[in-house]
Amino acid sequence: MTDVIIAGIGQTDVGEHWGIGLRDLAYAAVKDAIADSGGLQPQALFVGNMLAPNLSNQAHLGVLLADHCGMRGIEAVTVEAAGASGGAALRQGYLAVKSGLVDVALVVGVEKFTDQVGGGVDAAMATTSDSDFEAVQGLTASGQAALLMRRYMHEYGVPADGFAGFALTAHANGVGNPKAMFRKAIRVEAYAQAEMVSAPVNLFDAAPNADGAAAVVLTRSDLLPNGYPHALVKIAASAVSTDTLALHDRHDPLGFWAARESVEMARHRAGVTLDEIDFFEYHDAYSIYAALSLEAAGFAPRGEGWKLAAQGAIARGGRIPCATMGGLKARGFPGGATGLYQAVEAALQLRGQAGACQVSEARLGLIQSLGGPASTAVTHLLEKL
Amino acid sequence: MEIPRHWRLKKQRYALVGEVCPHCDYKIFPPRDVCPNCGDEAKTLYTFSGRGEVFSYTTIYEAPTGFDSMAPYTVALIKLEEGPMVTAQLTDLGDQPVEIGMPVEMVTRKMRNDGDERGVIVYGYKFRRRV
Repeated sequence: MTDVIIAGIGQTDVGEHWGIGLRDLAYAAVKDAIADSGGLQPQALFVGNMLAPNLSNQAHLGVLLADHCGMRGIEAVTVEAAGASGGAALRQGYLAVKSGLVDVALVVGVEKFTDQVGGGVDAAMATTSDSDFEAVQGLTASGQAALLMRRYMHEYGVPADGFAGFALTAHANGVGNPKAMFRKAIRVEAYAQAEMVSAPVNLFDAAPNADGAAAVVLTRSDLLPNGYPHALVKIAASAVSTDTLALHDRHDPLGFWAARESVEMARHRAGVTLDEIDFFEYHDAYSIYAALSLEAAGFAPRGEGWKLAAQGAIARGGRIPCATMGGLKARGFPGGATGLYQAVEAALQLRGQAGACQVSEARLGLIQSLGGPASTAVTHLLEKL
Repeated sequence: MEIPRHWRLKKQRYALVGEVCPHCDYKIFPPRDVCPNCGDEAKTLYTFSGRGEVFSYTTIYEAPTGFDSMAPYTVALIKLEEGPMVTAQLTDLGDQPVEIGMPVEMVTRKMRNDGDERGVIVYGYKFRRRV
């Protein structure tokens, strides 16, 4: 079978880009990714986006961005799976190239949160939950995480600052990432004093919504331009699973079933054991999601994912480094672009271009993009050839 | 303005009407046409007692549009006596703390408004400490 290579990568700074609109943000990442690939010309564009129809009154991003980026006429569609939109778009690009029907695919994730402020953003985010039976009760994305976190702390006896390690690790790693929204380490005292967003989720348990765009160019190794300068990074496996949309429909809400299933499928498809994985870019939209994802992937037994953070096992140089370039918490959460940021960051790690964030001798990276509380889970394994 | 959408859910919002699977007797709320337990079609209506207990809860400080005037408010996962779980606000809490396992019962309350004086006011189920 053909290897699918991440030939080009590009990403904008993550943050509040008041002066840059959706299309220009996307173009900045696309331009860099194509240049990084050595000038490959895409035949298909897959756009990962979560909320542009709500926040920017703009749907139909496929043609908008193909046209705006100077690729008028090519195949172009948007892929939406809430916070997993970026991962889901990456999978569509992977399938297109893997199948042989497309030689060069461009995947861009873009999100523009700051076109609105305040309660409108929370209401837009809530449309990704069960609108008739969750959002109508005033439940928010943070509220869903809080319901899981409260139950988790109750069942497993986690102390009040038990989740602090996730934010501390993410912020420590974000310092070395020039694209990260927050590049400042925090101390456990700051965590303990942080105000509540949706109790028990505090400000440091929740990743910040942010603007950003990230892009990858996918192709086959035989189509790479002469003199291609980077170490080759391939997508070794791709898998998607879905759970129930609403939390209340799950028999085992703390099980993160889709997260577990998609990791198992990806590992099986690539023939990889957990021990071989050098780092894990999890979807830490909330620190409880990081804990549950570590357990679902198999890095910790149930109820003990939080201990990996408390004990330093997720730090660079630890047993399983996570959020190596800041994760969602410190790099920021640019909605449907998040899964592409993970792919770009993992490619940097595997090429050995991660600078101060470099995980030494990284060969195999696991990245996972979640929609809602793992209602959708998209998992990819990236490997250095 | 989402009048049809709220109107067609009135049995669920006002009376917790779900379904019971005619094949395996599984109780279903919110209603869905395929039984999540056995996979067969389930369309037999079933009215829930409205009694249950708190599985988990949270206090929401940053409210979405339409809920601003209620914040902070408490949303819970309620495990109903008949088996299913529902998401609902807790109301009439007074000064006593909420706890996981607390017995609760359904009441009907104002849930949200459309944010302008001509908008729809949605009524539906919330839960209070069982009396």
